[in-house]
Formats: sequence, C-alpha cells, structure tokens
Amino acid sequence: MPQVNDFTLKIATVNGTGSASANGLLMKSIFRMGVPVMGKNYFPSNIQGLPTWYEIRVTDPGHLTRAGQVHFMVAMNAETFAKDQAEIAPGGYLFYDSTWPRTREITRDDITVIGVPLAEMINHHFVEPRTRILMKNVAYVGALAALLDLDLDIIEQLLKETFGEKKAKLVEPNMEAVHIGYDYAKKHYDCPLPLHVKKADMTKGHVIVDGNTTAALGAMLAGANVAAWYPITPSTSVMDAFTSFCAKHRHDDQGQPQYKIIQAEDELAACGMVLGAGWMGARAFTATSGPGISLMNEFISFGYYTEIPAVIFDIQRVGPSTGMPTRTQQSDINECAYAGHGDTRHICLYPADPREAFDFAIRSFDLAEHFQTPVFVVSDLDIGMNEWMVPELKWNESYRPDRGKVLSAGDLDKLEGRFGRYQDPDRDGIPWRTLPGVHPKGAYFTRGSGHSEHGTYTEDAAEYQRVLDRLRRKFDTARKFVPAPYIDYARSKPVKAGIISLGSCDLAVKEARHNLKGKGTEFDYCRIRAFPFTDDIRQFIDEHETVFVIEQNRDAQLKAMLQAELDADARKLVPILHYNGLPIASMHIEAAIEDHFREAEAS
Amino acid sequence: MSFMTKPKVHHPNLPKNKLGLTTRDYEGGMSTLCAGCGHDSITAGLIEAVWALDIEPHKVAKMSGIGCSSKTPAYFLREAHGINAVHGRMPSIATGAQAANPELHFIGVSGDGDSLNIGFGQFAHAIRRDVNMLYIIENNGVYGLTKGQFSASADVGSKAKYGQVNENPPIDPVLTAITLGCGFVARGFSGDKDQLIPLIQAGLKHNGFALIDVISPCVAFNDHEGSTKSYAHTREYFHPAIHTDFIPPREEIKVEYEKGKAMPIELHDGSTIVLRKIDVDHEPTNRAAAIGYLERHREAQEIVTGLLYVNEDHGGGVGDVMPPKSLTGGAAIRDPKKILETFQSTSR
Ligand SMILES: Cc1ncc(C[n+]2csc(CCOP(=O)(O)OP(=O)(O)O)c2C)c(N)n1
Ligand code: SF4
Repeated sequence: MPQVNDFTLKIATVNGTGSASANGLLMKSIFRMGVPVMGKNYFPSNIQGLPTWYEIRVTDPGHLTRAGQVHFMVAMNAETFAKDQAEIAPGGYLFYDSTWPRTREITRDDITVIGVPLAEMINHHFVEPRTRILMKNVAYVGALAALLDLDLDIIEQLLKETFGEKKAKLVEPNMEAVHIGYDYAKKHYDCPLPLHVKKADMTKGHVIVDGNTTAALGAMLAGANVAAWYPITPSTSVMDAFTSFCAKHRHDDQGQPQYKIIQAEDELAACGMVLGAGWMGARAFTATSGPGISLMNEFISFGYYTEIPAVIFDIQRVGPSTGMPTRTQQSDINECAYAGHGDTRHICLYPADPREAFDFAIRSFDLAEHFQTPVFVVSDLDIGMNEWMVPELKWNESYRPDRGKVLSAGDLDKLEGRFGRYQDPDRDGIPWRTLPGVHPKGAYFTRGSGHSEHGTYTEDAAEYQRVLDRLRRKFDTARKFVPAPYIDYARSKPVKAGIISLGSCDLAVKEARHNLKGKGTEFDYCRIRAFPFTDDIRQFIDEHETVFVIEQNRDAQLKAMLQAELDADARKLVPILHYNGLPIASMHIEAAIEDHFREAEAS
Repeated sequence: MSFMTKPKVHHPNLPKNKLGLTTRDYEGGMSTLCAGCGHDSITAGLIEAVWALDIEPHKVAKMSGIGCSSKTPAYFLREAHGINAVHGRMPSIATGAQAANPELHFIGVSGDGDSLNIGFGQFAHAIRRDVNMLYIIENNGVYGLTKGQFSASADVGSKAKYGQVNENPPIDPVLTAITLGCGFVARGFSGDKDQLIPLIQAGLKHNGFALIDVISPCVAFNDHEGSTKSYAHTREYFHPAIHTDFIPPREEIKVEYEKGKAMPIELHDGSTIVLRKIDVDHEPTNRAAAIGYLERHREAQEIVTGLLYVNEDHGGGVGDVMPPKSLTGGAAIRDPKKILETFQSTSR
C-alpha cells in the first residue's frame, strides 16, 4: 500500500455539479506543496447528470500518468457507488457523504471507510440551493485537506487567485465550506491518514497547464492572426483560449484588433477560410477533431496541391464517426497524414504533452509557411483538455517567424521574364510564391486542377507530373526540418528490444520502461515527433530484434505507416494497442510486453 | 497546351482610363468556353466595368468555384491574383481572404450549380456575413461542365437537352439573397451589356456583399426550345424593372431623371447609382415590397432585371469586427516573453 506522496485519489461525482473546480483546487494545492501530481478528467459527453470521475495521482517518483490503481476513492455519486467501491485497491480508503449512511451497500472489509455528512452540514450552513450543491464539493476538499494533510493556507490562496478581485467576496463562504469538512474530519478521524501528502520541493520550475491552452498561446505568439473553426469537442478550448489571448494582447496602438476569428458554418468552410487567408498571406489556422478533418478533406487536398500554408490542430477523440466525443484516442494518425484525394501526404507534428503542444504550435506555422502546405498538429483529448504538470514553457528570444519564400514588390520589380509559381529554382522542392495585391508581375492563378510550373492549366502529362514529383521532393526536404524523434538508449547497451511510440503515450512508456528495468529488462525508446519519418527511425528499427509499437488505436495505424513509409521489417514490429477511450497507463504496456515474451518463450 | 495568351496588340485609339490603361490591359487569357456561351459576355462586361472604375488590375482578387462559369476569372484581369476553389466553396475562400486583407477588391464568379446546389450553404453564409465582394452567378439552369444536368435554378417544366423534364421547384438566388439580408441584389442578362455594366460597377462599389444573378444561356446544353434559360426565352420574358446608371465620385450627375421615377443612391465612396424605375410599381429600397414585387412577376413567369434591392446602410465586411487593415504581414508580437510569463504566473 503506497503511502506518503505516492498514491492515487479518484473522485466520483455527477457531471454539472461544479466538482471540476473543487478537483482542480485539490490537484493544485498538492502541486503547490511541492509534490508532483497528475490530474485526469473522465467526463461524459453530456452537460449535466451523468457520472464523471477525476483522478489525481500524487507521485513523487514523477510518474505523471494514469496509475491504473486507486488508493483513495471519494464516492460522491450514488449511482456508481458500488463500482467505485470495487475499484479501490486492498488496504485503500473509501470516502463518502454519510448524510445517507450506506451501511448495507458497503461490502468491502479490506478497505477503510470514512463517512462525512457533507450535505447535512452544508445544507445546515448555506441556504441557496445552487450554493449548497457547489459547497458540498468544497467541503470534501476541506475534509481531504485534514485527512491528507493539505495546507489550508495554500487552499485559501488558490481560492483568492481563482476568484480574483472582482469576486473576492466568494472566498469567505468557500473557506467556510472548507472548514466545515476539515473540522469534521479532524474531530472524527485520526488525521492525517498514513496515506498523505508531505511538503516537498519537486515542482519548482513547473506549471500546471492543459494542451489546448498552450497550443493557442503558441499560435498567438507565433503570429497567427486569422482563425476559422467550427465547434467540436475536444478542440473547442483551443479557439476559446486563442480568442481570449488575442483579446488581451492583439491590438494596434489605436486599440483596433489585429486578428480575425471566424466561427464558420462547418469544418469545410472553416478550412476554406483558413486557406483563403493563407493564400492572402496571413498566418491562419483551424482547430478540430476527427469528424471535422473528414469534412475538410476536399480542401486539404486543394491546399496541398495549390501549396497554400495552413495549420490544422487535430485534437483527437474516440472514433469512428461521432464515437465517444469526450474520450481520448490516437486514431486520426492515418487520417491526418494522408488527408485528401489523390497522392497527398502532410507534415504532421505529434506533441506528447502541453509543453510540446506549445512548441509545436509555434513550429507548425513556420513549417506551413516554409513548405507552403497544410500542416497538422496531431494532439489528443488527454493532452488538450487535461491539466498536466510540465516544465515551464520557454520563449526563444531569437524567434522570428519563418514566412518562407515570398517575393516582395521589390523582388518582383527586378524580376526579369515571367514569374513561375510552381518552379523549383532552389532544387529543394519549395517554389516561390507571391501575395495578391502586391505587384502586377506577381499575378498567377491558383487552381486545384492540373497545372504547369507556371500555374497555368494543363493536362499535359509531363507538365503535370513535374509538379507532382516536385511535391514529393518538397516532402522529402521536410524530413530535415521537422522535429527529430526523441531517442533514448538504455544504459546497458545493446539491448535487443526497443519501443516506438508517439504523442500522449510518452509518460506511460517512460514509466513502463522504468518499472520493467526494475524487473530486469531494459528497452531503448524512440518517440516519433513528426511525419515525414526521419532516417533515425528506420535505423532504430534496424538496430533491434523486436520493436514494440505502442499507440492508442485499434488498427495499429502508426505501425502500418512505419511499414509503408520506411519499408521496415514488419516481422519485428509488435503492436501494443490501447483504445478504450481512457488514457493508456504503464500497466497496459508492461503487461503486453511481458505477455509477448512469455508467449515467445512458450512457442 | 490549353493556356492561351492573347496577343497584346493595342489599337492606338483605344480610350484610356485615369490610370492610362485601356480595356486590353484588363483582359486575361483566351476563353476556352463554347463560342456563344453567355459567360463570355459577362467576362467582357466585367472587363469594361473594372476598367471604367479605374481600379488597378492587381488590386483585385478574383475567385471562383468549379464549373464553366468558374473558369472565367482566368479570362479577365491577368494582373490580378486568382483562385479557383473547389466546387461550391469559393465563398469560404473569399471570406478568409477578405479577413486577411480587406483592402483589395474581391470579385467572385460562380455558377448556379456551384452556388445553389453544392455550395448553397456557403453562399448563404457569405451573404449572412456580408463579405465585401461582388458575387456573380452565371445562371444557365444547368451544369455546363458536366454536360447538361439540371441545376437547382432550373424552372419546373423546363426541358433538358435530351428531353427530361424538371419537376423540382427552382431556388431563386435573388429572392434568397434578399430574404437573407443581402444589401445589394440585382439580376441581369448576359445579352444586355448596357444594363449589366452599370450593375457590375455599382456592385463593386457597394460596401458589402453584392449579388448579381446573370441569366447566361448555355449554348451547348440549355439553349433549346423548352429551356427557360435560353437566349430566346430570356429575351421574350425579360422584364426590366429598373434601369441603372453608375456615376463615379465627383462626376456631374448628367442623367436626366424624373422625380418619383428615379432615385440617386450614394455609395460609400461618393459614387452614385441612379435607379430609374421602368416599372413604377417597384420599390427597390423596401425589402418586403421588393420581395412582393418579385413574387408577383415570378408568377407571371417574367424575368425581372435591374437592381432589385439595395440598402446602402448595410455593413460591409466579415462579421462585426473587421480588422482595419491587412493582416498579411504576420502579426507583430509585442513582448512575447512577458505574455508567456504572465500566463505562467497563473499556472503555478
Ligand atoms: C465535389 C465535386 N463534385 C462534383 C464535381 C463535378 N462538377 C464540376 S462542375 C459541376 C457543375 C457546374 O455547374 P454550374 O455551377 O452551374 O456551372 P456551369 O458549368 O453551368 O457554368 C460539377 C457537378 C466537382 N468538381 N467536385
Ligand atoms: S457548356 Fe454551356 S456553360 Fe459551358 S462553356 Fe459551353 S455553353 Fe458555356
């Protein structure tokens, strides 16, 4: 039974009761006590009434990923009480609202039950119905503060910061509710429990952020100024955050907005708007999820062939079709890489956490303009909507947006002969472009139909093929520009097996490697951060007898791409797949790897 | 090789506009449409209208969807950037382009299939957003490029080339635009340049979305007996309600007009359109009256033309927060380090 600074707390509530802020408060107070912490929200696709869970892992070894075990369950939802109780690890704790004693429903005798009459005490203290609901949650924060030894001053400070000066008068009733829970627990239980939080010094230099907010911030700081979108979970908060960042920071000296955000009528229109703006020379992007990408396909193909910069954030959720909108998966990997009809392939960036979502957001605009093409930032719900503890985001002072090859009015003035939009004077596959309205000599016609190197319509076999071959060359050039994979070799080199993964699997893989090493087996690790795949990935595969490819989808999409793109030896690649909608945990990986070796030995 | 540049031999006596340019300077590549296609006459009208407005050719962004009509931007303004979007989706490209740089003139050319079938949603939403552009529908009642299927503007009972009879009621872009709140709605006929050119000029000068539905017969698939979008049928049922004159800013209003029968409407840049009512019943500044008028004449199977509805108080721009200037330079970021630090200070 883990104890101090190493346990998992899970809170079961009813969606729409305001528990999210109470849970955020809990998580952040632990963070402020200097102890690494992870928070994952498992919520239904519904505004009110259905069960929702929040999992907080307190982890001084720093494993900021799902543990797969619950040591302390806060069971606030009557509907899921039995299921929640069953989930607790032996020796763990069950916390519940004893306003309604559940003596008959409590069936486990290997756990400790803690009852606090939250509703009764809160109803006694507060009158207004909505306040009573909200304060019940704040009261369990108070009770947990006593039981887990959380710092009340930190909680009060956090409440002050949350409400700010405008709503400062709300701090007092919240603290009253905290004390109601706190005092009751202190009086009736032996506080703190053996399982509790002890102040440490391990969170300095870190922040707690979600990936959609950091992606939006990255986009704004990269100079994105036109955005078009259509609401879809879990990408909506990208645009919400971008809107509020721009409202704060994006005005000229006269106070005029220097940005434009358009809520389109659907994703196809959103993509068209982004391409229209990119064609005109703005830094433009959209944010969506799988169903939106499928609607955008026709325009993505157009953007690829006409060579217009655009950035598309895909915050993946569970498919196929509408799937489970509030659950996470990595099942748009193929959809993004090859979106569109005809031979298309797109630069994709795969952030692993909110910090990388920030970095890659910035990078995506530079790549889009440098290569004059749609670029995908393939994130997911886990990264986008959950709060992660990550090292502080850094701003590179020398950052200058890479606007790519654009001929200015001056360049065009000097230009002799005719401007050829789709030529390749630099032999890197990247043509020069001109922007509308700049110079009469820059004019050309942008068309999604067959075009020659001058942009003129053609059905001539050779002319068409030259442009298509150059696009392929351009994609090859991109190999040298996209973020390189993160490769980490085990100490006791050489080891026989490696792990390849991407995106939000990262921390679970790292924890699994750590645990497996503890059990005596070491693995090399390669985290892919971009498509096109680089040569080091093939080399990594070549170096190992077995390579586990870990991803969160049913059909081993990444593995299929590795085979197709790198001509990798398929017999070496062993898929480990997790796709039930919950974030992958290290135990899934460990179990699958152990199973594999057990089976290999048996056969 | 299907791109043909026209020989640029100027007639020495061609009149010049204020920029010293002749209409030849406003031309584009050689048309590859069928000889006699109505779309080519509209192209000619556009060239003359833009020339007469003294607009620098490269200050125009021309855009279209897919279809014969959508090919036409290649045939005018060779010094302007053009973009052929995908079928029916030019409005979203125009919206984004305009959001990025509202300083250019935007001309969109679409077909009836492009706008009223596959692209009906985008068409409606561009009107709703009041994207500042001239939007021309080259309306022939059929799909020209895919060889003669009915489009959503085909009239009930009209016959296709091989005899099929259309049974679905048409969507009238003009009535649709007025009901959607469009501030400038006109109908013309490709065979009547005198009426069309001032309409195009006024549409270009209108601050906001200006729709001109131009009946443009398809000689290949829809110019036969039984078609209601043929030259013969259009000429027979053509009903001019309003005659439009366009007068550039500071030019003396020379047009004679009778009080009560004609009205000058000043556009945002000081130019004027004079609407001379041919049909005294028509009230082009009253939305409900305009709709009623069009309905009555539709029942009488007349093709009412002219500037049918105008409202100069209308917005002019994408939504309500139009950036005042071009966003094409990339945004200047002031003190990004501080912005990042402020954000992180709330995240600890
Ligand atoms: C997504 C898609 N579906 C179908 C087509 C085929 N297509 C090309 S043009 C056209 C119809 C054009 O008709 P209209 O807009 O009326 O223009 P016209 O050719 O009559 O001027 C169609 C269906 C296409 N290009 N894209
Ligand atoms: S098919 Fe019809 S619409 Fe197309 S070019 Fe020929 S006449 Fe014009």
